[in-house]
This record gives sequence, structure tokens and C-alpha cells, in this order.
Amino acid sequence: MIRYLAKRLAYYAALLVVAVFLAYALSSTALGPRTYFEAKQPRPSAASVDRQLTALNINDHTPVVERFGTWSSDLVLHGDLGRTIHNTSVNAEFGRRILVSLRLLLIGSLLGMLLGVAGGAWSAIRQYRISDRVLTLVSFVLLSTPVFLLALLLKNGAIAAKDAVGHEVIPFTGYETPGLSGGIGAHLGDWALHLLLPTLSLALGGLAMYSRYQRGTMLDVLGSDYLRTAEAKGLTRNRALLKHGLRTAIIPMSTMFAYSFLGIFTGATFTETIFGWHGMGEWFIQAINEQDVNSVIAVNLFAAVVVLASGFLADLLNAALDPRVRS
Amino acid sequence: MTAVPPTVPPTAALIADGLPAPVPEEAAPAGRLRLVLGRMLASRGVLAGGAIVLLLFLLAFGGPLLTPWNYATPDYLAIRQSPSGQHWFGTNGLGQDVFAQTVRGLQKSLVIGLLVAFFSTVAASLVGACAGYFGGWTDRALTFLVDLMLVFPSFLIITIISPKLRGTGWIAFVALLAAFNWMITARVVRSMTRSLKEREFVRAAQFMGVRPLRIILRHILPNVASFLITDATIAVGAAVMSETALSYFGFGVRAPDVSLGTLLAAGTDQAPVFPWLFYFAAGLLVLFVLAINLIGDGLRDALDPTSEGTRPARKSRTPRSGK
Repeated sequence: MIRYLAKRLAYYAALLVVAVFLAYALSSTALGPRTYFEAKQPRPSAASVDRQLTALNINDHTPVVERFGTWSSDLVLHGDLGRTIHNTSVNAEFGRRILVSLRLLLIGSLLGMLLGVAGGAWSAIRQYRISDRVLTLVSFVLLSTPVFLLALLLKNGAIAAKDAVGHEVIPFTGYETPGLSGGIGAHLGDWALHLLLPTLSLALGGLAMYSRYQRGTMLDVLGSDYLRTAEAKGLTRNRALLKHGLRTAIIPMSTMFAYSFLGIFTGATFTETIFGWHGMGEWFIQAINEQDVNSVIAVNLFAAVVVLASGFLADLLNAALDPRVRS
Repeated sequence: MTAVPPTVPPTAALIADGLPAPVPEEAAPAGRLRLVLGRMLASRGVLAGGAIVLLLFLLAFGGPLLTPWNYATPDYLAIRQSPSGQHWFGTNGLGQDVFAQTVRGLQKSLVIGLLVAFFSTVAASLVGACAGYFGGWTDRALTFLVDLMLVFPSFLIITIISPKLRGTGWIAFVALLAAFNWMITARVVRSMTRSLKEREFVRAAQFMGVRPLRIILRHILPNVASFLITDATIAVGAAVMSETALSYFGFGVRAPDVSLGTLLAAGTDQAPVFPWLFYFAAGLLVLFVLAINLIGDGLRDALDPTSEGTRPARKSRTPRSGK
């Protein structure tokens, strides 16, 4: 098992290096920081623009490979992600935003995953009953709603509630009330309330998708002989379903968790922008609009690490659940 | 939601225990076609979904003929008016007719969705089949390519490239969306091809000296066709969702063109006060994707030999009410 995981880890590392290089090359050729500086008033001289670009290591007259060499050696040797286009530290911005994003990503995806698996399995056990049909219908509608639209609808709902009641019932901007006084309890409550809508907008999509697939895999398992055997040898039905049924039915899902993380990351970008969370996704869209090459690359690096980490976790889960993978 | 578990999907069972083997594309009997058609028509989801998609197409392409208003020309006498007999969906802040705009946006979103799904399915089937069939270094290289493209959420890459495409129009946007939408399907096709490759009819073709590309086109792809059809259907919905999301953030379709995404972007801030600027486009978007998903789901059931009806009734331990 260790061998298998080590092999996967090495593969992911290779992927990461190549992918980051490609993203670097792409961002530095597609974005035009030069035009950003040239558009400044009063218009700086060409030499001064060049000097600033070189200082930030984003001068398009330097070959991409050379720029990448500088950037990656700074990253590897000093853990330095470079400077933003406003000549502030990318690391500082990264540090400010990473926790905001991770909070949303982790809670949103875990919640979607757990509820989806539970809902799907429950739905399969109660196939064609009313509850199954309702869950199916709801998940179909949710699957057909893009995340950004879902987020907008939730936000509009919160605005409508605010207008109806007269004060903000559920907060829909930012991740904390600025200047909130009170103890740790008040802060935690405030955080949780701010998390509610953004997390829902991510988790509901995941819930819909996972529950569809989980229902399918669970239905396949329900008809199997080994489940009947497990029950015949004296396990209670619930125990058999949980220990023999669900465990097998989750295996195909574990690969899915990894892939769906791509979608969840994208969804989080939208959610952050819509709910005014100053996280990685919002930073990314802002950086693209400002031609801020180094920030764009930093977000890409974050995305790649998150996606590959979730891939590795899926491998771990797979190996833990499926003995055939381990041998 | 394009994500299909890259393990062998239910349709792969088709290969394992289904078709009359040696020359499947000739032997695909009328009986099977009738069976599939029958099952599709028996499914309420497919019927409802198909009817909705048809109506939406009629609306998108016939709608402009019904209204005297153009999507771009403003009516200065009617600014931000609620829906009325004259302006069916109301007007926006410039006095443009929202019905004309919505219909136009729907048209663009539908066309983009269909084209993206088509191109990405073609790419996925070719790459997946080649990787699975040739194996060895071809397989390793193509798998690495697929994995590489899956490292980044495609939204990030499309967003980075899209400023470069400013001025090239929406066809380039279609190409871009398709270029980042085929990878997961390709993985499934690859794993299905790997098991197909061992089958007798492929072996027979190989021994008869049929060239590999011909085997892929005539023997492999027809056998994964049912998966591809289902997947392409669902890809249409997914493509429409990505298109609207990118356009919403200003990275997709751009003015003067309109799509459902740009309409939603324009209407967002005013949605609480002027709901018609937002909810018509939002409703049509959800309705279309929902209809597509219903069709896709029904197709999967109809094409899947292991689905209800063909499968010998298993001793279900859970009583099935209804159906």
C-alpha cells in the first residue's frame, strides 16, 4: 500500500511541476502587464516601464523560461511567490486569503459529500417511495442550476428577507461583521452565520451530484448476493447495509470526489465574488482584470495543489476501502 | 456535473454481456433500436425533457419573428417597464425589450452548448479510444495530457486566455470551452476501450489486417456509442452552464452579443427591484439544463442493458411500491 501511495505521490509531483510551468508560460504570455503600466497617467517612459516590469520579474522582453527560472528558484529557495503588480508581496496577500478560501472549500465540499452520500444511499434504500422521488426531483433541479445562479438566488432571498423584516436576517456580504465586539462565542456565531449562504451554494450542488451517483452505486449493491449472505449469517439489516453495502458503494465515489473538486473550486470562485469574500477566487478575477501576472500564478498554484491533494486523498480513501488496490 | 465516475460506467456492462459480437455495427438489430426507442418513449422524463427542449428551440429561433422589437434597439418611451402586452418581458434601463434580448441570448446559449458538446465529445472519443487501443507510450502520453489538463480548474485557464480572444467573436470561445471539456469523458472511453480491445471481434479484425484507425472507427467507437450519446447530452447542459458562468463574469460572450450569462450579469443588481430583468433569463436557463438532464438520464436508462426491464427481476429486499 505504501508503495502504491508513494507511486501516486511521485506522479502527482511530476504533474504539478509540468502544470505549473505551463500555467506560468500561459499567464505570462496571455496577460499584458506592459499595457497596464503604459496606461498610467502621466505616461511613463518606455525605459521606466521596462525597469518596473523587470523588477517584478514580469518583463515580456525576458524569455519566459528565464522568468520561470527566477520565479521558481525564489519559490523553492525562499518560499517567495514574487510581487504583485502594485509591488506588494504576493505572499502576504496569499496568507490573508488562503484561510478564507479553505474555510469555504473544506466545509462546503465536506458537507456536500456527506449529505450527498447519505442522501443517495437513503434514497436507494427507499427506491420509488415518495422520499426518493422528492430527493430525485430536488437534485435534478439543483444539478440544472449553475453555482453562480444558485448563489445569486440565495443572495436575492437574503435581500428579500432583509427588506421584509427591516434588518439583516442572514448576512450576505463578507465573512464577518466588521468591528464586532463580544467574546469568542459571539465571533464564532457570527462566522457561522456568514458561512451559511456561501457554504449552502457550494454544498447543495455537491449534494445533488453525489446523491445521484451514490443512489446508482447503492442500487447496484443492494441486489448483490453478498449483502443477502451478510444478512443471512445474522447481521441486522442496518448493520449489513452500512458495513457491507455502503462501504462497497462508496468505492467508485472516491474517484469522483477528486474530480468534483475541480468544479467545487470553480464554484467557490463564483461564490466568493458574489458574496464579497476576499478569498483566492475573488483575488484571481481581480488579478486577471489588473493583468497581475504573479498573483494569477499564485492562485493557479493554490488550485493545482488543492486539486492534487484531493486526488491523493481520493487515492488514500480508495486504498483504505478497497483491498484489491492495496495488493 | 460533467463528472462521470471514471470507473467503468453502467453502459460498460453492455460490452461485457450484451451485443451479438462479431460485426456489431451491422448486427445492431432493429430489435434493439425498437427496444431503446420504446423505453425512451415510455419514460416520462425523456418525453417531458424532449418537449421542453423542442419548445425552447422554437422560442429561441422563432421568438425574434414574434416580436417587433430588436434586441439592441432601445425604446426610449419605455424605460424599466414591467412586463406588458407591448413588451412581454418588460424593458431594461436602456429601454431595450427584454423578451427580444432573452430570446436572442437563449439562441446563443443553445448554439454554444450544442457546438461545445459536439466538439468535446469528438475529441474525447478519439483521444480516449487511441489511448486505450494503442496502449504503451501512446497511452501514457495521452493519459498524462488528460491528467495535466485536469490539474487546473478549466475556468482558471479559460479566464486567463479569454482576454486574448477579445474581438475574435464567440466561435473562438466555443473552441476554448470544448478544449477544456473533454478530459473526463476521454478517461471513461479509454477504460471502456481497454476492455473492448480484448474482445473476439476486435481480435478478428486485427488478424484480418484491418488498420488500427479503421478498427477504432468501425468497431470500438460504435460499441461505446451509447455512453457517448448519453454523455454528449449531459455535456450540452454542462456547456451551457459554463458558458453562462463565464459570460456572467465578463470572460465569455461580450457585448454587443448577448447570451443568458450576460443578461443575468446585467440584471443581477436590479433583481430585487426589477425582477423581470433577472428571473426570465434565470428561469429559462434552469429549465433548459433541467430538460437536457432529464433526457440524458432517460437515455442512460434506455441504452443501458442492465436497467429495469431487461434485467431479470432481482429478488429485491426492498419492496418497490409504484412503477
